[in-house]
This record gives sequence, structure tokens and C-alpha cells, in this order.
Amino acid sequence: MKTSSMTSTATTSTATRIQLLLLGIALLGLIIAPFTFYPIFLMKVLCFALFACAFNLLLGYTGLLSFGHAAFFGGASYFTAYAVKEWGVPPEIGILIGVIGAAFLGLIMGIFAIRRQGIYFAMVTLALAQMFYFFCLQAEFTHGEDGLQGVPRGHLFGFIDLNQPLNMYFFVLGIFVIGIFAIWRIVHSPFGMILKSIRENEDRAISLGYSVSRYKLGAFVMSAALAGLAGGTKTLVFQFATLTDVAWQMSGEVILMTLLGGIGTIFGPIFGAGFVVTLQNYLAASAFPVTVLTGLIFMICVLVFRRGIIGEFNASRLGVRLGLRTKQ
Amino acid sequence: MVLSARDLRRDFGGFTAVNNVNLDVEHAKVHALIGPNGAGKTTVFNLLTKFLQPTSGKITLLGQDITKTAPARVARMGLVRSFQISAVFPHLTVLENVRVALQRPSGLAVQFWRSMNTLDRLNDRAVELLTSVGLEKDIDSYAADLSYGRKRVLEIATTLSLDPKVLLLDEPMAGMGQEDVGRVAEIIREVARTRAVLMVEHNLKVVADLCDHITVLQRGEILAEGNYDTVSNDERVRVAYMGTDDE
Repeated sequence: MKTSSMTSTATTSTATRIQLLLLGIALLGLIIAPFTFYPIFLMKVLCFALFACAFNLLLGYTGLLSFGHAAFFGGASYFTAYAVKEWGVPPEIGILIGVIGAAFLGLIMGIFAIRRQGIYFAMVTLALAQMFYFFCLQAEFTHGEDGLQGVPRGHLFGFIDLNQPLNMYFFVLGIFVIGIFAIWRIVHSPFGMILKSIRENEDRAISLGYSVSRYKLGAFVMSAALAGLAGGTKTLVFQFATLTDVAWQMSGEVILMTLLGGIGTIFGPIFGAGFVVTLQNYLAASAFPVTVLTGLIFMICVLVFRRGIIGEFNASRLGVRLGLRTKQ
Repeated sequence: MVLSARDLRRDFGGFTAVNNVNLDVEHAKVHALIGPNGAGKTTVFNLLTKFLQPTSGKITLLGQDITKTAPARVARMGLVRSFQISAVFPHLTVLENVRVALQRPSGLAVQFWRSMNTLDRLNDRAVELLTSVGLEKDIDSYAADLSYGRKRVLEIATTLSLDPKVLLLDEPMAGMGQEDVGRVAEIIREVARTRAVLMVEHNLKVVADLCDHITVLQRGEILAEGNYDTVSNDERVRVAYMGTDDE
């Protein structure tokens, strides 16, 4: 028994090294990417990837399917846009305001939603997100159908000009890395362990003395805040905030990205977001309707590889040897 | 008296599932709650652990009224239950299963900013508990991969890690092979030296030499009470059990 556990530790450390190597390559790729690809496109991918990862924190690691995450993404997008444009705050403060706003929205929605489970939880989040959508449609400061246009990117910390595409790109990349690290940290923490136990068997977690609703609410607020980080950043990239970001289709899109890449994996949602955004970009100019294709891909994903692309890879022989098998 | 219930009643719509149930669970004793299918055993169990709210009646744990207390709070007070279907965390390892239970009493449950390695200091205690129930070889397996009997043993180990004052076991031997039944009975006997144990059981014979006190339920009401000899010689119990206990 001793030897078997020792060999398993040895393979784990090799696997950790390989994982770190892959991570390094990926990061290097992201650093040189703007020199070959269109930076705006890359920034869009990064924002949606962070959004999907934030959503996955709730679905993949706590087992809660939210159908209202657009409210946090789009809400933060409005808050940041308004703060930067109307109050003239610097971009980093603008994003912070977006994050705080989204976290607050998450707290309000979470308090109502966590009282129910499963499909009812999803429906409550959808209903509350729709209420927020109509608020955004009617409210004065969002300018209804027009949205908030011409949001200035400003200067980061007062001296880095974000109107330079490369400066903006590395700012977004920095936020992305911080956001992903935060999610990774939460997932691999004592708190994350409790979230996973709630996902696995909620009644059992209660019988062990955990007040699960508090843990769920905590996860909900964290997920909302991180979705807000993605939304606020997206606003500075495109320099506008519109109703598209708070509409229910956005909530659907993030579910699609996460499922496609693989729920309960760190890299799945990033991959899924990259895939969907790339598809949308390439097909935007053609006459072929994107939604038909994404719908088809979604169906194939659910029917054939339910673990998602990264999830299937992790569960494959190569993935197991690399120590990537996830506890799904 | 560690745990007692007075005039417990629970209605589901117009149906009275549990009526007029009085129970007293004593320290260092094994108390069995038995009865045929649908007698309301699990309902009583859910009422005592507060997973269900009683329609009327009163429950006290260690002298405190817990009739309106939340289930997680009751668990923190020292009343820990198991479930009829084996309640493990399937996609966590055996070690992690026990460690999750140890996290809360150790104050390592809300730290979302700290590394998982902070939990390593609970490993020794978890391994010790798992060794005491004979699961030391399965530490790195996923709970989902264990046999049914071993899952139940893991569940008991997880429950014990909280060092409960009262242990409530819902059919701990159901669906087990003969070998595992013996092991679980041994564990329960050991546990009951320092704690109160209340177990639900379908079969009267299983509890014969394990339990100090037996309460027989039928149609939600107490039919008979006493030690094994008293209960097994009771005519009404024999009738209620006809077909399952008659030899």
C-alpha cells in the first residue's frame, strides 16, 4: 500500500510539471498572439473566456445552473461604462465599480434563487435577470435601445494609454490571468472543497453541519463578481454597453460555451468561449446563420461528448496519463 | 436522556405518517427503531434530524429544545445522521470524503483564498479514522468506485469523524453482504460505548444481539417497546411481522 501511494505521488508530480509546462506555453502563446491576430478579436475571446469560467465556478464546481448570468455580465458593462463616461473615473476604478455592482446584483438575486433547487433555481435566476433586463431597457442612464456609446478607454493608472491596441490587450490579458487565477484558487481551496461536496450530495453536506445555503450564496456572489469583471472589461474593449449584454441570449451563450468546452474543468470554458467567438467572427460576414450552426454543435456535444471537448480529452488515455482526469 | 421526542406527529396533506411517537435515546446504548415497510421509520428519523419539520410535538437534544432548529445546526450540536441510500460524495476520494467532515470543526471551511494544501494537516486524523474501520487500502480511490458495503462503512467513518454525541443510522446494514454486516455491527457496538446510537432497521433479527432497546413502529404509531425478548414475544409484533420474521 505504501509503494502504491508513493508511485501515485511520483506520477502526480510529473503530471504537475507537464501541466505547468502546458500552462507556460499557453501563456506565451497569449503574449505573442496580438502580433499575429487582430487584438480586438483576441480581447473579445479573453473577456468571454473569463465570463464562461466565472459561470463554470457555479455550474461545474457548485452544481448550480444559473440562467441569469447575463445580468452580471451586462450589468457590470453598464456600470463601468457609466462610471467611466459620466463620472470620468480611470479605467481600473471603472472596472472595479462594475465588479462591485455585479457582486451586489449577485447577492440580491442569490438570496432569492438559492432557496430553490434544480430547474426552479434556473427559472428564478432567469426571471430575475429578465427583470433586470427591463430595468436596463427603461432606466434613464442606460439610454434604452441606444445603449451607452463612445465610452473612453482612458489611461491606466493615469499614464498607460489604453487607446493603444497593444496596451489595451495586455491590460485585458492581465485581468484575464488574475481572474482565472482567482477562480483556480477558489476551486482549490478549503471553501472549494465544501462547494464540491455540496455539488456531490447536498443533504449529506447538511448532515455534516454545513449551512449549505451560505456556501451557495458565497459561490453565487463570487461567480457574479467575476462575470462582472469580464463584463466591465468588455465594455472598455468595445467602448460601448448595450442591451445585448443583459439579454437572456447572453445567458444561453455562456451555458453553451461552458458545456462545449467541458463543465467542471478550468480550461474547458476558455476553449469553449474561444471556439464560439471564433465561429461567430468567421460567420459574421457570410449569409449562413450562426445560431443554426452553434445549435447543431451544441446538440452534437450533448449527444456525443457530454463531458465537453476538454472534458473528453482529460478523461482520455492521454489526459489520464497527464494527470488531467477531473473529478466529474 | 440524550435525545428525546414527545408526542411527535407529522401530517402529509391529509395523511398522518407519524402520530403520537415518544422516544428516549440514552447515552452508551443502542436503540433500534424497527417496523415493516411504510411504518414511518424514516419519517421519524427525518423529524429527529430536522430534515422534516414536525406538525406537532417536541424534540430535545442534550436538554435543549431543537423542535425548530435548522438541520445543519442540529448536526453542529452533535446529532449526526446517515442516510438510507449510501450517502457519500461519489467523485471525491475516500480520504477527501472524511476530510470534508473534519474541515468544519477544524475551522477550515470558508477560506476561499487559501491553498488546498492547508487541508493536509487533517490527513493524519482522516487516515486514522479510515484505518479504524478497515478502509486504509482505499484511501486514494474515488468513493464512487467502492463496493456498496464499503460505501456504507465510509459513510459511518465520515459520520464518526464529527465525534457526534448521538448517531442516527438509517438502515446501516441494508443491502449488505453477510461479511460486511458483521463488520458494521462490530463498528456500531464499538461506537455505542461512548455515544448514543439510534438505528432504523427493517429486520428484527439483525438487531437482536446488537440493541439494548427496541421500539416497534406500525402505521406511524408505536406498537411495542422494550428489549429484544419483550418485543419478539409480543403477539402484536408477531402479527405485524408475519411473513418476514416467522420461521
